[in-house]
Order: sequence, then structure tokens, then C-alpha cells
Amino acid sequence: MAEPRFDSVPSVREGLKKVDYLSDEGIAGIVYLADRLQKPILVEGPAGTGKTQLAKSVAEMMGARMIRLQCYEGLDESKALYEWNYKKQLLRIQAAGKSDDSGTDEWDELSGDIFSDEFLLTRPLLEAITADDPVVLLIDEVDRVEVETEALLLEILSDYTVSIPELGTIEAKQIPMVFLTSNNTRELSEALKRRCLYLHVDYPDLEREKEIVLTKVPDITEALADQVARIVRSIRNLELKKSPSVSETLDWARTLLLLGIDQIDAETARSTIGILLKYQSDITKALRELEDAKSEMAKDTAEAAAGS
Amino acid sequence: MTETDPDLELGAGEAISELLAGFIQELREAGLPVSLTENLDAMEAVKHIPLEDREAFKYALAATLVKNNSHWRAFETVFEVYFSYRGPQYELDPDSELAQAIDELMEQLQGDQGEDGDQSGGGGAMDAMTPEEIAQMLMKALQQGDTGMMRAVARQSVKRFAGMEPGRPVGGTYYLYRTLRHLDLDSLLEQLMEQARQQSPAPLTQLEERLERDEFETRIEKLKQEIESEIRRRLVADRGVEAMARTLRKPLPEDIDFMHASREEMVVLRKALQPLARKLAVRLARKRRHGRKGPLDFRSTIRHSLSYGGVPAEPKFRYPRPSKPEIFVVADISGSVASFARFTLHLVYAISGQFSKVRAFVFIDGIDEVTHLFEGVEDITEAVHRVNTEADVVWVDGHSDYGHAFEVFWQTYGKDVGPKTTVLLLGDARNNYHASQSWVVKDMQHRARHVYWLNPEPKSYWDTGDSIMGEYSGYCDGVFEVRNLRQLERFVDILE
Repeated sequence: MAEPRFDSVPSVREGLKKVDYLSDEGIAGIVYLADRLQKPILVEGPAGTGKTQLAKSVAEMMGARMIRLQCYEGLDESKALYEWNYKKQLLRIQAAGKSDDSGTDEWDELSGDIFSDEFLLTRPLLEAITADDPVVLLIDEVDRVEVETEALLLEILSDYTVSIPELGTIEAKQIPMVFLTSNNTRELSEALKRRCLYLHVDYPDLEREKEIVLTKVPDITEALADQVARIVRSIRNLELKKSPSVSETLDWARTLLLLGIDQIDAETARSTIGILLKYQSDITKALRELEDAKSEMAKDTAEAAAGS
Repeated sequence: MTETDPDLELGAGEAISELLAGFIQELREAGLPVSLTENLDAMEAVKHIPLEDREAFKYALAATLVKNNSHWRAFETVFEVYFSYRGPQYELDPDSELAQAIDELMEQLQGDQGEDGDQSGGGGAMDAMTPEEIAQMLMKALQQGDTGMMRAVARQSVKRFAGMEPGRPVGGTYYLYRTLRHLDLDSLLEQLMEQARQQSPAPLTQLEERLERDEFETRIEKLKQEIESEIRRRLVADRGVEAMARTLRKPLPEDIDFMHASREEMVVLRKALQPLARKLAVRLARKRRHGRKGPLDFRSTIRHSLSYGGVPAEPKFRYPRPSKPEIFVVADISGSVASFARFTLHLVYAISGQFSKVRAFVFIDGIDEVTHLFEGVEDITEAVHRVNTEADVVWVDGHSDYGHAFEVFWQTYGKDVGPKTTVLLLGDARNNYHASQSWVVKDMQHRARHVYWLNPEPKSYWDTGDSIMGEYSGYCDGVFEVRNLRQLERFVDILE
């Protein structure tokens, strides 16, 4: 069994903080656990909540190389695991044919030869387990591949091995940290889920979002960061087509900073809200909610006062 | 992994593996699919996380046992009952900062009122407080957003106001209601807002006002959770873990019955609908593209044969372009099945991109087309809401009359039903003893591509009382019991 990489949950949390990733109890705990149990982490959650960033940050924290496999529809073995280098094999055969007459012995030698490491092209998954240096494997947007293709991942996820018919089973030199991300556009198979630790990353709460803004936008004042975080939370509470993501919050904070604004009023909000929300219907709704709120509330209060 | 680790003993001498076994059993009872592997993983995981670190412990269990975010709530409830009430942190330590803060506050309050108190120890001091003092303290806790103080107040208010008696067979909601009635949180919110207004140097802008309100609402929500959790803690102490877990068991979002959903469950359902619609849309689109191959693409085959020296070794096919179906939804929206109709309409429109055309009709005893309410509207929730208020569906007395509604539908819109049309009939087929006019469905089946009937009642209720499901079902291509999101999802899957 390999040496554990982390001492404790707080140390993971500290380490992530050093590379500017503000984790919460759950995230740090699961990263720690994944290392101890040597299991992959399946990270699910809305877009733009830092799922991919988590993998990058863990890699940075460990000083490891990150190997990324971007999933897409139609991803297959030859793109994910390994491929035989046909051209090189062909050259090898031709070269052998030229040297002298080929007998049966030579054929055996040759066929053993062209299916050896030299002619193997490693793809991300194989590369991750054969690497000598520490690596973090990120399998991004795993929900994009078809259910059948998921099966390709199962062997590597549970045993950290890759079986190549011609070569036999290749075992991992070291167990890499593995992250899978999913935007939840489809239900992943039970088999895949069973092999992973599950982490749901949601929008951060007020305090954490403020911290994130303060860390990632260094020159921002605390008051403005607080206001940004609060407005974003209020917007997320509305029923929208697409809630603002953390990265959009950061973009917004940066914009406000560039514009030299230190206090957000209705006017600023109106002119910059396009950074947070990308659908016209959402923008209309948010502006209506945030601005008309007062008149309604004032009415409510007046009524309450009159009633009491 | 089979040997027991002495470190894993709980204070009470209870082996954690036993506790976990009960816990996982309860999760399964609640409907969560926990496999054996996951069970073993959880056992392994808790070896690495100290039980004292409650939060980390919870996340460790969740990571191994809960693989679907919509099950998180169910998990949290069970976890709370099984683990949260066993720690020392639930005793208010008199030396803790919190207790001291309470003491200070007490002194301050009593100083304000010109009284002198000689209590000591936070927990004890609180028992002696008057209701007014509690209210003041609550106000303060909410104003500062002090979690510790909120918890203390929550405990105190449950102790005083809930009127809990051991062995009394009432649910937690009853106690919650009683406690909240005493605290009167609505007027508290107004008071908080009023204070915020006064404290601010300049009058609050609309935006600030809104933000303050959201903040206080969040805090009050937190307080409610504290109260609820305190009530549960007491109930667990009274009734025991297993019994409590059983009473708290709630259906998972996908298992909530449309016809009997409470208001709270409706909110859960609405939230679950959006991601489900997205998933279904992706699935339908993929299904359309895959699995079937189009006709041979001659040009492409020849082009690819060049790499094999002109031998067409790899035939290429055109992309299949199967036609998208038209969907006609004909839904009963009378009281008993209204929420079911709403959910189905919502879902169908959310994935309307997968169909060439969607038309919606609603009826009670009269029928009305409501397609225009959905056209060009971005917010489906809003449109569904308008269906209920604007559609003209009452003909005589506002009791469901399937026969008449179908007849009118057929006369008015029947000519639009063609071989590409899939008709979805939604309702419980409770016809109030009117004529069934089932010939309409028969004709419909002749002309349409498919006719499906979705019934939100359990299958065993069909054809009982005034339900005439049997008279229609013979003419439908499929009749489905659709009582929850899980069944609805399964049905949409076959739709093409």
C-alpha cells in the first residue's frame, strides 16, 4: 500500500487554501478520504462551481502532473486507453521483409515484436497509471460519453490496471489521484458510481463565496466583496434558467473593480448584470425582483403597520 | 477488514459497525440504493475519520453511500437521528465561550431592567429567563447571525414552548408548529428589518433592503432548522433511534406521489423537474442519433476507400434523420389530478425541443386549447400557472366529463391529428358516471401514430367506483400508471 499523501482533513484544507482553492469541510474530507481509500472521486454539480478547478488545485497542491481526459460523445478505446502505432508496425514489417527471406521463426519473432511497448501509443488513462512521477488524472465531463463507453473506465477505476490483449495486464506503478467530473446531463451507471466516492459541489454559501472573491480578486475591498456575494445569493434564490456560477461572480467582481465602483447601487447592477446572467428572461426577472422588491415590501410593511 | 478495531468503540461501548449496520439498513428502508460494496466502503471510510469530527464523519459516509444529490436530504435526516445526538457537544458546557456569552448577555439584559440575578452557568441561567428575555435574546442572535446563540435559544424555546411529553404519540411537526407559533417569526422579520433601517445612516436603497431581508430570512431558516433538530433530538431520546427514523422517513423526490404531495413536497418536486427535463432531452436527442444507421453514403464510402487502395472496405452511412413526432397533450385538470397534469405539461414543454410540435389541451367537462400560453414564453412555470387560471374548461358543472371533452376535442381539433401525431391523454378516467364516448379514442388511435394514456392513480384503483379506465384502455397503444417522477421519466423514455 502506498504512503498516504495527506495527514489529516485540516491539512488538506490548508494545502488547498495555499493554492487559492477554498474548500469546505466536505470537499477537503473527501479528498483526504479518497487518498486513504485509494478511490476515485466523482464530482458532480452545476456548471461553474469549480469541479475541474478542484482537480487542478489538488494537482498543484501535491506538485503532481495533471493528465486530463476530456470526454465527448464518440470517445473510444483508442482515444482514452491506448492505440497500436500502425504506421510504425508497418515500417517494422517492411524492414524485416527486406533483410532476407522470412521463415516461420522470424514471423513469430516479428509478430511478438510489433506488439510490444515500442509500438504502443499511450492515451491519457494508460499514461496516468504508467507514469513514474506523481500524477492526478482528471476525467472531465464523464456524462458526455455513452453508457457503453463508461465500461472502458471501470477497470482502471477499480483496479488501476489496463488489460491489453497482446501484452497482458499493465498494473499501475503508483495509485494516482483520480477525479471524474459530471454535469449531470444523464444518470451515470451504477457500476461507475459504485467505484467512486461521490462529491456534490454546490454553489458556495455566502461566507465562502465572499472568501473566494477576496482571494481571487486581490484588490477588492471587503465591503464590496460582501455586497457582491449577497447580491449573487439573492439572485440564485430566484427561479432562473441559469443561476450565476462562481466564475461569473468573479468576473462580475473584477468588472466592478475595473470600473472603479466601490458601492453597488441599482444603476450599476442594471448596467453590469449581463456578466452574471446570460438569458434575457433571467435578466428581466432578476432586475424586476431586485428593484421592485422595495415597493412591494413597503406596501407590506405599511399594511402590517396599519393592521397592528 | 473483518477484525474489529478497538479504536472504533463508541463511548457507550456500542461498536460502530453495529451502529453503521442499523444506519445503512435505515437508508435502504428510506429507498436509497446502497450496495454491498458501498456498505464495505463506508466501513472502511469511518476508520480514517474520527467519529468526534461530526461534519467530516458525515461527509465521509455520504461520499461512500449517497451517489445522487437528490437523496442528500433523506440521508441527512437519517444521519441526524443516528449520529448527531450522541455527542458531548449537545451539552451546553458552562465553561464554553458560548455559555459565557449567554451569561454576559443575561447580565446585560437584567442590568437593563434593573434587576439583579445570581445565576451561574449558561444552561442554568437560560432556564430562569422570562419569555421576554428569550425573545430579546433571539432577536440579538438573529441580528448578529450567531449560530451558537441561535442554537441555545432554539433549545430553550423548544423546552418551553413545544410542550413535549414523553410517550405522547404525535409527530415532530406538531411540536414544531407549537414552538414556532410562540416565537412568531414573521413579525420578528419585520422587526429586524425595521431595526436595520434605523441603524443605517442613510435610508436603505431598494437593493440594500432586499439584501438585508434575504440575509435575515436565511438566518431565520437556520433557526427553524435548529428548532427542528432540537425537537428530533428530544424525540430520539424519548422513543429511540429506530422508531424515530421510521417516523421521519419521507419518500425520495422521485417517489413522491403526485396526487398526495404536500406543499413542501411540491417544492421538492418542482426543483427535481428541471434537471430531469434536461436529462431526458439529452437522452431523447441521443437516442434519435444513435442505434440506427441511415442509408449508404456512396460518396463518402468511395472517399474512404482511397486509404485502402480503392477497396470499399469500410462502408459509410448517412446520418439518420428520423422525423420528430408531434405531441398532443390532452389533460384533465380537475382538482384531484391537477398537480399531475401540471407536472406532465411542464415536463413535456421543457423537452419540447425534441418534438416537432407540441400542442396542449386541458379539460374538465369542457375543453380548451392552451398552446398559445406556452408559445414564446420562456418561463414554463408561469405558463403552467396561467393554464389553471385562464383556460376555459368548465362546460356544465365543473366535474370531469371525459366523454364530452373528448367529443368536442375530436370535432374541433380532430382534423389536426395525423400519422405523425402522438396523443397523450392524462387523467384518472373518473368520469362521474357520464357517457364514455370511447369511440373517439378508437378513431384517434386509427389516425394518430400512438395514443398513450397516463393515469396518476395506482393500478389497483382503476375501474373501481366511477373510474372507466377499462373502456378506454383497449383503444390505447399503451396505458401507464404514472404516480411519481420515476414513472414519468420511464414513460418519456419510450416516447419517440
